[in-house]
Amino acid sequence: MNTAEPTLDAKENWVRKDLLSIRELAASEINTILDSAGAFKTVGARDIKKVPALRGKTLVNFFVEPSTRTRTSFELAAFRLSADVVNISASSSSLQKGESLKDTALNLEALHTDIIVLRHSAAGASKFLAERLAASVINAGDGAHEHPTQALLDVFTIRERLGRIAGLKVAIVGDILFSRVARSNLWALKKLGADVFLVGPSTLVPRSFESMGVSVVRSLDDILGELDVINLLRIQHERQRKEYFPSLNEYVRFFGLTKERAERLKPHCLIMHPGPINRGVEIDSDLADGPQSVILDQVANGLAVRMAVLYLCSTAARKQR
Amino acid sequence: MTNLTIRGGHVIDPANGRNEIADLYVVDGKISADPPPDDSPVISAENLVVTPGLIDMHVHFREPGQTHKETLATGAQAAAAGGFTSVVCMPNTSPPTDGPSGVAWIVDRARDTARVNVFPTGAITRELAGQEMAPIGSMVQAGIVAITDDGHCVQNHELMRRAVEYARMFDLAVLDHCQDYNMVGNGVMHEGYWSTVLGLPGWPRAGEEIMVMRNILLAELCATRIHCQHLSSAGSVRLLRNARGRGIPVTGELCPHHIALTDESICSFDSSFKMNPPLRTQEDIDALIEGVADGTITILASDHAPHAGFEKEVEFDQAPFGIIGLETELALFLTILLHREKAISLEQLIAMYTVNPAYLLRIRKGTLGVGADADITLIDPDREWTYKKEESLSRSRNTPFEGWNLKGRAVRTIVTGETVWAL
Repeated sequence: MNTAEPTLDAKENWVRKDLLSIRELAASEINTILDSAGAFKTVGARDIKKVPALRGKTLVNFFVEPSTRTRTSFELAAFRLSADVVNISASSSSLQKGESLKDTALNLEALHTDIIVLRHSAAGASKFLAERLAASVINAGDGAHEHPTQALLDVFTIRERLGRIAGLKVAIVGDILFSRVARSNLWALKKLGADVFLVGPSTLVPRSFESMGVSVVRSLDDILGELDVINLLRIQHERQRKEYFPSLNEYVRFFGLTKERAERLKPHCLIMHPGPINRGVEIDSDLADGPQSVILDQVANGLAVRMAVLYLCSTAARKQR
Repeated sequence: MTNLTIRGGHVIDPANGRNEIADLYVVDGKISADPPPDDSPVISAENLVVTPGLIDMHVHFREPGQTHKETLATGAQAAAAGGFTSVVCMPNTSPPTDGPSGVAWIVDRARDTARVNVFPTGAITRELAGQEMAPIGSMVQAGIVAITDDGHCVQNHELMRRAVEYARMFDLAVLDHCQDYNMVGNGVMHEGYWSTVLGLPGWPRAGEEIMVMRNILLAELCATRIHCQHLSSAGSVRLLRNARGRGIPVTGELCPHHIALTDESICSFDSSFKMNPPLRTQEDIDALIEGVADGTITILASDHAPHAGFEKEVEFDQAPFGIIGLETELALFLTILLHREKAISLEQLIAMYTVNPAYLLRIRKGTLGVGADADITLIDPDREWTYKKEESLSRSRNTPFEGWNLKGRAVRTIVTGETVWAL
């Protein structure tokens, strides 16, 4: 078994026990994670896909909101780092019985949990836990606030494919208002020097985003030809409480990445999607499987990025104790 | 009965146009023109301001029903410690105060347990549900001083119109928490830059302003006093200024947190900063202060809203709205409006806590006129102090002002000649 820890240098630059948001990170911290993830990615290509970095550590995947791919990705990342993993979902947790988030967290701490990966419907929930626990808290999505590891795997994928982030033109298309993926992505991309365009119906992409240093664009067709990356967010029309646009049909007419629109993309322009995809809505089905699509790279890289995050935060937490 | 001389203080009594160094006499618990007998107690008020007992016309004392947050007794203690001799309680108790027996219960309970005057309000609608008018006349007979669905807002304009028309028969003010439910939805903070960054549902200014406008139209239509509670937005001030300029009987109220803090505080996700209406922006603060300075806003209040620690210590969007405020409001307003912004004089500030609410509610308080109840507050407007929530006399501790350095505070609170609190 190759027991080399691939990130000895990187961890010296990382002091946070928690990963709560991209907004609070410096560009250098983001790069530390990306570099570390690059090293961890090689672990996945080995015959024996496991390093002992977190041996003896206990990780709780605490998912108060449903998720398959993020939870599985964190679980596999923890396995590859030799941590012991427990999964708690909303239906199996005491939150269903009216126990508060604080009490559930204190109970997990009493069991000497080292890392808590939290998915929660409330913005700020992971910060709430992190302020109260000595354990590392990793935000796996808090309401519409942030989903930092998704943004990290997205910029990792872009950097891997295009060699850089600075100066790239990146569009994020769709339901921005309710999207934690969009918020984390725009901070990560801005901090690393990309030009960010938010595209979607005015009801879902309010002008207030412009104060965050990005451009709000109403016409996808106006910018298609300039883009280096187009990141399509899932439209959850069926689950929306209110109507933000009249119909999926009309959404596709203005904002769907159709074959006609894709023809106008630069040949190197990456097509991304955080999943799960609505084929034929935000993206044409063939394009999702086409040569410009890096959707499955994103999934693969998510594992490496999460290994890096778990490793860095856990190491910092150990030092702080 | 109580006799007392308050010697050598700076008497500021806006109801009677007094602003002078003078002795103040109390005979048998009433303000007197003549001194009490020679053996009566004397309180020195040198270098202190002597004002009519302050009135906070917007508090939540949680009794009956939620006495783990506050009771009439503990709320009254906090009021006294803030310089308040009279408070006006909102009807969102449990059960809601929406009928004469509930009102009578509060009146009796307050008489037995509260050391300051407690004036109840009654609900506009049964169960605060916004559907059917509550028995307003019977509640007047039981002792309410206004009607309000505070915490809720009657959405049906036609029902609100009928309630306002009906209230006129009793010369009763209608107090409204201005919030359009459809506009606000599940909003938990000001809709703007910070709600966008934090991904928290926004509570737009227009959600308040639409109802302020509604109230202006109804106050004009029905020629009845409508009071817009805890205004938070610049647009509300503009609407109110215009309406008052046209002589419409509509008034506005300001709470200290709406000029002391902005929505940026919420980037900590600390629910101590969660209140309804929400903290807004510096632009709104400037407009609210201007509204006080030019007389558009005429009443100051706390919206004292106690909640237990365990109730507030939850995810931000699930925490209840509201903060306690009785012990900090006078100091915050003195610090911000008087000392820092110099927006108004001390006399104007005191009027906003005495004669103005008393006149709106038609209660015989807020005056040092001869024969009035000897409710008196002694204030040191220059005293510097640090607020520590652990010292609060309220049963709850939900405040964003822990550790704030403030300038000015009440030092003695007197109800019908009896000192109920002194520093």
